[in-house]
Amino acid sequence: MSATLAPACRPANYRSAVKPIWCPGCGDYHVLMAFTRAFAELGVRPEQVAVVSGIGCSSRIPAYTNCYGFHGVHGRSLAVAAGLKIVRPDLMVVVASGDGDGYSIGGNHFLHACRRNVDLTYVVMDNRIYGMTKGQPSPTTEPDFDTALVPGGTGMRPFHPLVIALASGANFVARAFSGNPAETAGIIVEAVRHPGFSFVEVLSPCVTYRPDQRAWKDRVHRAPVDATDDAARAARRVMTDDGFNLGVLYRGNRPPYAPPTGKAITDLAELEREFEI
Amino acid sequence: MSADAPRASSLVDLYAIAYQIEADAVERYTMLSDQMEMHNNPALVDVFRDLARAEGIHRDEICRMAGDFDVAAHARKVARWQIGDSPESADLGAAHYLMTPQDALRMALAAEQAAVGFFRELLADARDPEVRRFAAELVEEEVRHVTLCQRLLQRYLPPAGGRPVRDPDPPASQA
Repeated sequence: MSATLAPACRPANYRSAVKPIWCPGCGDYHVLMAFTRAFAELGVRPEQVAVVSGIGCSSRIPAYTNCYGFHGVHGRSLAVAAGLKIVRPDLMVVVASGDGDGYSIGGNHFLHACRRNVDLTYVVMDNRIYGMTKGQPSPTTEPDFDTALVPGGTGMRPFHPLVIALASGANFVARAFSGNPAETAGIIVEAVRHPGFSFVEVLSPCVTYRPDQRAWKDRVHRAPVDATDDAARAARRVMTDDGFNLGVLYRGNRPPYAPPTGKAITDLAELEREFEI
Repeated sequence: MSADAPRASSLVDLYAIAYQIEADAVERYTMLSDQMEMHNNPALVDVFRDLARAEGIHRDEICRMAGDFDVAAHARKVARWQIGDSPESADLGAAHYLMTPQDALRMALAAEQAAVGFFRELLADARDPEVRRFAAELVEEEVRHVTLCQRLLQRYLPPAGGRPVRDPDPPASQA
């Protein structure tokens, strides 16, 4: 068999030897495929990529790649990732999260990561449930999702991550479906290439606690219009769509965060004077 | 053909597309085999491993037919599906840790049938005589696979009572 591609440019070369323990049928398997395909497409070597995550089913993903990985504290993946990107701008930083980790515990970090616009890509696998902790409602769970834990549903309006991202300053916003790994990989590639904070919401079914989400594959469809560079227009569109529009929805043009370039203090005495009260 | 499916304007394009279809099938069946291993369903580990092995033989055969041509590299350029995946990819979303060999064979049958449909459309679309000849061979081969799956399905009788009605190790949902 002939092959001239560099080994690292094949998706399989980004996989670690660790076998995923997600439930069979879980959408996160497809997202893992999309990650490795995207990395291969981008032509980066594993050691040029850092995959950062928080806690939850989706956050197991760094262990399943052979890139640099940081499986961090619940909800704090964006803080770690932003710090990493600022001190190691040469790394491609991709952050993996879920709707519980990213929007509840990590909700505040989400807002400020969008606002700060550090050049990283945030992929949230949204299954509208806390899967790892056995099925509690998350910030994106429908208000009438009825369980013994929440009889009659929470009654609360779900969090709208795409609108929040747009309002907070994310520079690239897209929605994908895990069951379309090729398309998802393409969107991740575009998100990585776009400067600044790129947010990709991936609808990723939880077949164990939300078997109804198996039907998502029949509901998703391509967004009928092209992406806009007008955040207000993009927000209006996503607020009025059916939640299953896929594709790149917004491409902004804000310059990414750049750390101050002032002269670094290297003299200890001078540094101590700065902290004198 | 659906607008998002790749087109074969030459024989090497068709080699690349056929290669990618088989390679994707190998990837899916290997993943399913790993999933079943992690979820302690040993019968299914073997079934999916065998399916992966069979698809791998076809993938390697296409490479052999392509000779020195780098079919894998060419596949990355021309064998892309814009929506969904290549037709012979098993549906990972349909997997369940209690699935039976019957379920696996039904999954494989659906994938083989999709491949037949894809190559038939490609054949109907093709103008180049070499592409038509090879596309016709691929249709025949995939039809043989469909027949094999159907035969195996008859041999693997469903377990008495089908899939256990009561999951002995259900998700401990708070629902």
